[in-house]
Amino acid sequence: MRGNAVAHELIAPGSLDAVLELLALAPGEWTPIAGGTELMVAHASGRLGAEKLVSLWGIPDLRFIETRPDRIVIGAGTTFRDLRAHQTLAAELQLLAQAASWIGSVANQSRATLGGNLVNGSPAADSSPALLVYDAEIEMISTRGKRSVAYSEFHTGYKSNVMAGDELLFAIHVPRRFAHHRQYLRKVGTRRAMAIAKVALGATALVDGGVVSEIRLAAASLAPFPARLYQAEAAMLGRNASPETIETARRALLAEARPIDDIRSTAEYRRRVGANLLEEFLNSLNDGDEE
Amino acid sequence: MSACVNIRFNVNGESRAIDAPPMKRLLDVLREDLRLIGTKEGCGEGECGSCSVRMNGELVNSCLVPALQADGATIETVEGLARNGELHPLQRAFLACGGAQCGICTPGMLMAAAHLLKHNPHPGMAEIREGLAGNLCRCTGFIRIFESVVAAAASEQAADAR
Repeated sequence: MRGNAVAHELIAPGSLDAVLELLALAPGEWTPIAGGTELMVAHASGRLGAEKLVSLWGIPDLRFIETRPDRIVIGAGTTFRDLRAHQTLAAELQLLAQAASWIGSVANQSRATLGGNLVNGSPAADSSPALLVYDAEIEMISTRGKRSVAYSEFHTGYKSNVMAGDELLFAIHVPRRFAHHRQYLRKVGTRRAMAIAKVALGATALVDGGVVSEIRLAAASLAPFPARLYQAEAAMLGRNASPETIETARRALLAEARPIDDIRSTAEYRRRVGANLLEEFLNSLNDGDEE
Repeated sequence: MSACVNIRFNVNGESRAIDAPPMKRLLDVLREDLRLIGTKEGCGEGECGSCSVRMNGELVNSCLVPALQADGATIETVEGLARNGELHPLQRAFLACGGAQCGICTPGMLMAAAHLLKHNPHPGMAEIREGLAGNLCRCTGFIRIFESVVAAAASEQAADAR
């Protein structure tokens, strides 16, 4: 333990309204902490910059899963264990449930929250590719009210996002219209548990008579933040998954990917594996036509 | 700088109250304030599971829990597994099967395994591997640990494991 516990203030106002009031009084001064699976790691290593922290753990207004006719709304304080345990969510949003099962271990999933994963904004975030290809929407809240942005517009750079200093992430809205889409998610990492992704690819696509009529592709660790792969999508849209189109889509992905070398992998490995994952998904579009 | 706050919780069935900085780790509160040194620190960053305890019925890494977030919680540590001088079936199985060598990972392994058996009294090998995936052991190569969990689950006592 290289951090110093008394160097940081932590308070737990206990309700959403009380937290929002606190943030409104001094925007940017307080750092929200939910399950602590990111910030407590920084704390232990002496890297936690935030002096004043406000606890979101145990606030019921942030921990819910609500099933509406057109969407599933997930409170930002919902843990990955909650996500895995929710039957409708696990059945309909398989990619998100799958991503939740990859996060850390049982002990991490019981504390780590979906909102925390997104606000932390790691380029390798496990839940992000799934939420991007499901066209999720992010709802933020402050004493000024609520507002929403498409999740694809939420991250603006490495670990930065569109939230203001007085805002909290409130909920993630995931549309239920993807049930008939082909769905794909694969993470490549050192081991199945605990390891952070070297690269991950998520995809949803609608195929009509062999032609791709809708497609969403998103990657982790191919850019400074989790992002859609719009050029690779464009290469497939309105076409069938022929070897030639797949090769064009591969090249588009290689052109738009901006991976880095780091402790977990190299940019070149990420680029090539990312393209291979894309090819694996696109080839699968030719398997059967039942959907 | 942060003043100490009063934190009350239930640890292994006993009500306890301590004064601690709110960002003190639950791990340090258990070991230093309550002298419950069964819970070990391995990596200190949520990777190795040595500090696993149960908090409100969920398995957590106590190195990643700020003390303030444990206020009002029910905490179970490895010291609470044995009852009335009787080892928990898992503890007996770890002894019988060679599931412990140096012992540093053992309290965390026991707590993760106890958590698993609570939810799934007869887990398959894949479920045992997933349940213990967050707990690292540098000695046993894991096989004897997995066998210990299988043995505990098979033992009669595990049927009504706490």
